[in-house]
Amino acid sequence: MDFLTFVQLLDSTVRLATPLLLACLAGLFSERAGIFDIGLEGKMLAAAFFSAAIAALSGSVWLGLLAGIASSMVFSLLHGVASITFRGNQLISGVAINFLAAGLTVLIAQDWFSQGGRTPSLMGGARFEPITLPFAESLGAIPIFGPIYRELISGHSILVYVAFAMVPLTWWILFRTRFGLRLRAVGENPAAVDTAGVSVVGLRYAAVIICGVLCGLAGAYLSTALQAGFVKDMSAGRGFIALAALIFAKWRPWYALYATLLFGLFGALETRPDVIEALFGIRVQGALLGALPYVMTVIILAGFVGKAIPPRAGGEPYVKER
Amino acid sequence: MVEQAPAIELKGISKAFGPVQANKNISIRVMPGTIHGIIGENGAGKSTLMSILYGFYKADAGEIFISGKKTEIPDSQAAIAAGIGMVFQHFKLVENFTVLENIILGAEDGGLLTPSLAKARKTLLELEHEYGLNVDPDAVIEELGVGMQQRVEILKALYRQADILILDEPTGVLTPAEADQLFRILDRLRQEGKTIILITHKLREIMEATDTVSVMRRGEMTATVKTSDTSPAELAELMVGRKVLLRVDKTPAQPGDVVLDIKGLRVVDDKGVERIKGIDLQVRAGEIVGIAGVAGNGQSELLEVLGGYAEATGEIRVNGQPLDLSGRYADGRSRRARGIAHVPEDRQREGLIMDFSAWENTAFGYHRDPGYQSGVLLNNAAIRADTEAKMGRFDVRPPNPALAAKNFSGGNQQKIVLAREIERNPDLLLVGQPTRGVDIGAIEFIHQQIVALRDKGKAVLLVSVELEEILALADRVAVMFDGHIMGERLSAETDEKELGLLMAGVSA
Repeated sequence: MDFLTFVQLLDSTVRLATPLLLACLAGLFSERAGIFDIGLEGKMLAAAFFSAAIAALSGSVWLGLLAGIASSMVFSLLHGVASITFRGNQLISGVAINFLAAGLTVLIAQDWFSQGGRTPSLMGGARFEPITLPFAESLGAIPIFGPIYRELISGHSILVYVAFAMVPLTWWILFRTRFGLRLRAVGENPAAVDTAGVSVVGLRYAAVIICGVLCGLAGAYLSTALQAGFVKDMSAGRGFIALAALIFAKWRPWYALYATLLFGLFGALETRPDVIEALFGIRVQGALLGALPYVMTVIILAGFVGKAIPPRAGGEPYVKER
Repeated sequence: MVEQAPAIELKGISKAFGPVQANKNISIRVMPGTIHGIIGENGAGKSTLMSILYGFYKADAGEIFISGKKTEIPDSQAAIAAGIGMVFQHFKLVENFTVLENIILGAEDGGLLTPSLAKARKTLLELEHEYGLNVDPDAVIEELGVGMQQRVEILKALYRQADILILDEPTGVLTPAEADQLFRILDRLRQEGKTIILITHKLREIMEATDTVSVMRRGEMTATVKTSDTSPAELAELMVGRKVLLRVDKTPAQPGDVVLDIKGLRVVDDKGVERIKGIDLQVRAGEIVGIAGVAGNGQSELLEVLGGYAEATGEIRVNGQPLDLSGRYADGRSRRARGIAHVPEDRQREGLIMDFSAWENTAFGYHRDPGYQSGVLLNNAAIRADTEAKMGRFDVRPPNPALAAKNFSGGNQQKIVLAREIERNPDLLLVGQPTRGVDIGAIEFIHQQIVALRDKGKAVLLVSVELEEILALADRVAVMFDGHIMGERLSAETDEKELGLLMAGVSA
């Protein structure tokens, strides 16, 4: 395998890791506040559809992005109302959101576009185009650094850069701000937050809304940057892989980056079986690589690689005790 | 001299939950710089009253005055602003945060943490200096002992500049030595001019620590008196509404043959930690042996092994015959067949199924009783009738076998469990925390039943974290610390001080 192939492999790793990273950070905000969210998948799917649909109709990818975020937030708030206000079961609410999104997107797509549950292909301003960073071409001639800069760092859509910038930002918010302290506290012991005179409900809604925004970005990335348009079930389990990555990352932002990059690499290898064959001399089924994130998550959960302790109040509706 | 305004004055506070009147027209004045005790049975309305003061509930009627000024307290934020701090019975700390993070939570200065933490660190040093409350600001809460955690709660309140400190059952989780330390801290706070409200059901603490005391009964304030003008007996009578025997009335034990004989018992829990490290213990017919100790020193594991739901190594004989400890033939059923009855420590988790009715709960463990059968089916009518009879004999209120266990008060739940176990006339009764969360009236009754079983020549093994209860009830006391038995004493020949030292691991 030559160096350029290797860089290209990493490049597609970054592309595939981006939606996972955004969804993983979305889940991180929600779960750190004590709201388990298995509806990441559904929210991504809804956002993927609405951003592609509005982009197709308006011709503006930015309007599409806003629509995607808005739709994801609607589902987030639905989850919030069910699990925070009405103290319902968070898993059931999440499952419902996944089913709702899977059905609604195809139904509305068929109604609006009559193309068998997909949106028209997006072109021009209706898509996020790759951004070529300055001097990509001129620096490209430098050995090692050149190809890395040109192929790997430059040439991604804006959402990729946003996703990677979100990692230090999330870390900073969680561990260096008042909001972050309270958010983490409410996921560990909401009673402590409540008796300190801070609203548990308010904090949890804030977390759920942030989760909605990030899922919206992830979904929009799928249909307007990674692909050019929406197709049925295009989130393809990425929401669940993001959840697996969240556990793998032990609910920490930097670990989330590493976990999603690793899972992105598996995704990239899935499409390039020749690379593995060249490296190890064995042919591996692509589907096997696709299953690896889940296998690794099970191994993590079984406690083989350190301990993954979820936020202690996770999944529990807060009821003030008498 | 102008009369000082009371730190807190409540006028005519009433609060109802549905048909239950939790607080009825309560008025109280607490003078600044005093420790004011509020004593009452469980369900007397103490916690409701304090929750109103801390903004958890809104009173249906009545007024609150803080330092003579009428104050509305719609939420905890308002309570904090009014200078009220609360130390809850169950600490409200974030376990994996540091002390400093817990202290600033909700009282940060500005949106960024670094300056808030720096300021809190400085303030903490000042508080430490002023009140002698030293604690490592960078320690993580879950690594601190309960006494320290409580100190963090107090510091939290002081950091918010509380002038009035409410402590709800603060000594429930402390060793006697830790409790003494707490009272020294409270005394210091009082000297510095803070006002303290101490909620407890322990008469001894009221007598030792408070300046004035208010007694609550069934939602009403029955009396407020100067502590120096009253006596434990008078307070107990005010709490219950009738004369109460504070001492258990019992004759000296007549120990007979050895019923329970434990030799070299070791228990390793599922995390691989050795919880019982080789203990020897005997219990004879006709005696009550009490196991004293701070919770978590192996007492629970001992009961679990004897009750048949934990594995152990070593030897246990009951009436001379060995018990299976491997876990293979050890279960509640085979233990019962050997004449062992068990009243578990946590009645709501191990003793009862809270959503099931009293008669179903009475059948548990004894559902194979021939008297309960009707062919292959259970004879529900017979079980119900039997339950009703037992409820009558144990004065369970209301005596309705169809009522779900959760709808009984703590004391009555305990009586249901006790009736189920004692009425089987076991050779050995295991009792864990028989009166935890049980009101005084019921405590008296439960103690009488246990003594009555002893007087029938049965062996009783009592585990309790209440030293007073152990001393009152047991004929012999064994103190457990860190999986060892630190020593055995005859109750008549020891006192709380000596046992307290043993509980803290100091061998005499």
